[in-house]
Amino acid sequence: MLKLIFSIILSIALISCGEKKDVSVNKPGGQINGAGASFPYPIYSKWFNEYAKINKDAKINYQSIGSGGGIKQITEGTVDFGATDSPMSNEEIEKANTKNNNSIIHIPTVIGSVVMTYNVPGIDKNINLSPEAITGIYLGTIKKWNDPLITKENPGTVFPDKEIIVCYRTDGSGTTYVFTDYMGKVSEEWKTKVGVAKDVRFPVGQGGKGNEGVTGLVKQLEFSIGYVELIYALQNKLKYANIKNQEGQYIAPNLESLTKAAEQSLTEMPADMRQSITNAKGKDSYPISSYTYLLIFEKQKDAFKGKTLKEFMIWALGEGEKFAKDLGYAPLPPEVIGKALEKVNKISF
Amino acid sequence: MVKEIKSRKKLGDIIFENITLIFAFIIVGLVFYIAYEMFIDSSESRDRFGFGFIFSSDWNPVKEEFGALPFVFGTIVSSMLALLISLPISIGVAIFLSEIVHKSVRTPISFLIEILAAIPSIIYGFWGIFVFAPFMRNTVQPMLQSTFGFLPFFKGSMYGTGLLTASIILAIMITPIISAITRDVLKAIPVSQRDAAYALGATKWEAIKMALLNARSGILGGAVLGLGRAIGETMAVTMVIGNKAQIKASLFEPAYSMASVIANEFAEASGSLHISSLIEVGLILFGVTFIINSMARLLIYSVTRKA
Amino acid sequence: MTAESIQKIPKNLRRRKITNSVMISLCVVAGIITILPLIYIFFYTTQSGLSALNADFFTQLPKPVGEVGGGMANAIVGSIILIGIGGLMGIPVGILAGIYISEYSKNIFATIVKFTTDVLSGVPSIVVGIFAYGVIVIPMQRFSALAGGFALGILMIPTVTKITEEMLRLVPQSLREASLALGVSRWKTTLRIVLKTASAGIITGVLLAIARAAGETAPLLFTAFGNSFWQTNIDGPMAALPLQIFVYAISPYDDWHRQAWAGAFVLIFLVFIVNLIVRFVTRNKYSGNL
Repeated sequence: MLKLIFSIILSIALISCGEKKDVSVNKPGGQINGAGASFPYPIYSKWFNEYAKINKDAKINYQSIGSGGGIKQITEGTVDFGATDSPMSNEEIEKANTKNNNSIIHIPTVIGSVVMTYNVPGIDKNINLSPEAITGIYLGTIKKWNDPLITKENPGTVFPDKEIIVCYRTDGSGTTYVFTDYMGKVSEEWKTKVGVAKDVRFPVGQGGKGNEGVTGLVKQLEFSIGYVELIYALQNKLKYANIKNQEGQYIAPNLESLTKAAEQSLTEMPADMRQSITNAKGKDSYPISSYTYLLIFEKQKDAFKGKTLKEFMIWALGEGEKFAKDLGYAPLPPEVIGKALEKVNKISF
Repeated sequence: MVKEIKSRKKLGDIIFENITLIFAFIIVGLVFYIAYEMFIDSSESRDRFGFGFIFSSDWNPVKEEFGALPFVFGTIVSSMLALLISLPISIGVAIFLSEIVHKSVRTPISFLIEILAAIPSIIYGFWGIFVFAPFMRNTVQPMLQSTFGFLPFFKGSMYGTGLLTASIILAIMITPIISAITRDVLKAIPVSQRDAAYALGATKWEAIKMALLNARSGILGGAVLGLGRAIGETMAVTMVIGNKAQIKASLFEPAYSMASVIANEFAEASGSLHISSLIEVGLILFGVTFIINSMARLLIYSVTRKA
Repeated sequence: MTAESIQKIPKNLRRRKITNSVMISLCVVAGIITILPLIYIFFYTTQSGLSALNADFFTQLPKPVGEVGGGMANAIVGSIILIGIGGLMGIPVGILAGIYISEYSKNIFATIVKFTTDVLSGVPSIVVGIFAYGVIVIPMQRFSALAGGFALGILMIPTVTKITEEMLRLVPQSLREASLALGVSRWKTTLRIVLKTASAGIITGVLLAIARAAGETAPLLFTAFGNSFWQTNIDGPMAALPLQIFVYAISPYDDWHRQAWAGAFVLIFLVFIVNLIVRFVTRNKYSGNL
C-alpha cells in the first residue's frame, strides 16, 4: 500500500515539475481563458456561448473579476485575453509590453453606459439627476433624498425624507473609472478630492464586488443608489436616472443616446483607440457612456488560440454586434468597427 | 545468521522511521515556507512603509498609499465582539451538555453542534446576506437603536450588514469550537472533586462553578482558539461586513477585515506595491493567528495533561 | 451555633438555590440559542435548496448571464477533481506524519511536528491561497486546478494528521508489544497491525478533511479561478461548487440565487452525511470530541 502511495506522489511531483517548464506548450482544442470587466460580462457571456455553437472547438472561458483584474492578469500572462472599460494607462501598457516582450492591443467591442440606479420605495419612474446632484450624493454633501438639488429637477415627484445609502465598487473597476472620469469632468471638487481611477477612496457609502455586487446591494437596500452598467439595472427591474448632459438636456441611456455620444467624439479618436467618451458634446448624448475593450497581445504564441481569438473577434465585430441591442449596449459605429478590424488583423500567430 | 536477521530488521525500521520523518518534516517545512514566502513577497511595502503600515488608516490604491489600520481594527473588533458574545454561551452549552441533559439526548445534540462547526463559511455568508442581514436591518438594529441609541455604538444608518452583523455570525461560528473544548477540559477534572463538593452540600451550580474554576486555563485556551478562528474567517465576513475601510464608533457601520480585503482585492491588485501591501496584510494575519493559536494550545495542553 | 446563625442558614440556602436555578436555566437557554440557528440554517437551506434541486442542476452547464436555467454540473465535477488533487497531496502526508508523531513520540522532533501541525490548522485559508498563488500560479503562468488542489491539500493535512495520531494512540500498547515479542519488525508492526486496527478511525479523518476541503472558497479565488465550461484538464482554470455559490450569491439575479441555494444544500448535505458516518464509526472507540 505504501508503495502505491509513493508512486502516486512521485508521479504527481514529476508532472507538476514538468508543467513548470512547459509554459508555452498548449494543447490544441484547449480552452481559452480571459478575465476582466464585469461591465460587458452579460454580452461577452452571450457571445462566447453563441460562438461556441458555431465553432465547437472554441471554448472561451471568461471570469468577471473587474477591469483591474483583467489588466493585471493579462500583464502577468495568466490569461489569454483581458477585458477592461478603462483603457490601460501608458505605464500599464509599458509594463505589459516589457514583461511579455509583446505589444498589447485595445479592441473596442461595444458601447455601454453607466447608469445611476436606485431603490426608493414610492418612486416608480426614472428621475432626473444633474451632475451637481450626483456629485453631491457621492461626496456626502447631499444626504437625503428630499434635498433641493434633487427635488428641483423633478417637479411633481414626492421624495421621502430619508437618508441616501450610497453604493460603490470595492474592486478595481472599469465602471468606477468611467464613473469617476465623468465626475472629474463635471466637478473640480471631485477631481481634487477623490480622483479618477478604477479604485478610489469613496467618501461615503457601502461597497459591493463587481457590477453584480452593487446591483445586489441596491436591490436589497431601500433608499440606496449605485452606479452600474445599464443591463444590470434592466435585468433586475431597477429604476435608473436621466442625466443632464453638457447641453442641459436630461437624457436616458439607450441605443440612440449612447451611439450619439460615440459619434460626437469620433473625430478625436486616437490611433490606439483608447478614448473616453464621457460628458460628450451634443444635445442627445448620454453623459456617462463608454467603450469597452478586449486586451490582446499582437503576437500570439499559441497558433490555435491566436487563430480562434482572431476569428472570434471578426465574428464579434460583425455578427456579434447584433446581440448588443437586446442587452442594452450600443453596437460600435461603422467607422469604429473598421478601425477595430484593422487592429484585429494585426494579430499574428 | 542471527546477526544477519538482526541487521535486516534494523534497516527496515530505519527506512520506515525516516520516511515518516520526512513526511512529518514536510509539514514543518511547509509552515516555514509559507512564512518565508509571505515575508519575501511583502518586502516592497515593508521597506516603503515600515511599522507605520499598521498604524496608518490611509488605504488608497490610486495614490499608492497603504495603511492597514482599518482592517486591523475591523478584524480585532469583530473577533473580540464575537468572543464576548460566544464565550458565555459556549460555556453554557458545554455545561448544558455535560451536566444537565440526559445521557441519551447528549449524543444527538452534540452531533448537531458538531455540524454547526463543519458548515462551510460560504454558507454562513450566503445565509447572512439573505436571511440574517434583513433580520438585523428590520428587527434587531431598530430595537437596539431605540433602546440604546444614546450609546455611540448603535447610532447611524441601519444597513443590516456591518460590524455588528459580522460579529454575531462569527460568534455562531466559533461557539461549537469553544464549547467542545470546554466540555473536554471539564471532563478532565476528576469526578471525585465534584462528588466531594456535593458531599459538602453544594448546589449543582456551585459544583459546576468549582469545576469551571479549576479548568479555567483550559477554557481560556478554548476561547483563544475560537478567537483565532474568528480572526482568520474570510467568506462569511466578506459577505456581511460592508467592505468599507473605515474606523467608526458605531457597530452598525460597514467595516473591513484583513482577510476580506485580501479576498476582494487580490485578484485585481495592479501595481506591485498594492500586491505587496495585500501580502503584508496576509503576513500580519499569519503572524497574529500563529501567536494566538500557540497560546491557545499551550493553555489547553496545561489542563488536559494533568488528567 | 447561635440562634442568629441558625436563622441565617435557610435564607442563605434559599439564595443559593435561586442562584442555582437561574444559572442552570441560563445554561439551558444557551443550549437552545446555539442549536436554534443551526436548525434554522439547516431547514432554510434545505427548503430553498431542495426546491431548486433538479436534474438540470447536476447535468447542465451555467447559462449566460441573466438567462434562466442551467446548472452547476461543471462546478460539481470541478470540486471533485480539486479535492482529488488535494487529497493525493495531503492525505499521504497527513497519515505518514500522524504515524511519525504517534509511534516515535519520544523524539523531540515529534513534539515540534505536532505543534507545527496545530499552527498549520490555524493558518487562515486565504493566506494558504496567497501562498499557492505565489508558488504555483505565478511560475506556471496560469490559474489551474493544480494550484487550487495544492491549496486544498495543505488545508487537509492538519485534520488528517491529528486524527491519524489520535486513532493510533488509541490502539492498545499491548498489541504492539505482542507483535514485537513475536519477532515482527517495528515497521511491519506499525503498518500491518497498528495501522490496520486504527484504519476505520483514520478513514474518518480523511472524510472530515474532504468535507472541509469541499466547502473552502477563499483559497480557490485566485488559484482555481473558476470556469464556465466542462473542463477536466487540471492544467487550467477549474470551476468549484463553493466558488460558484459565491459568484451567484453576490449577484443580483434571482435565478442564480435559486441555484446557489441548491448548491448550498448539496454542501450542507455532504457535511451532514460525512459527520454522521464519522460519528457512527467512532461510536465505541472514542468518547471525546474530534
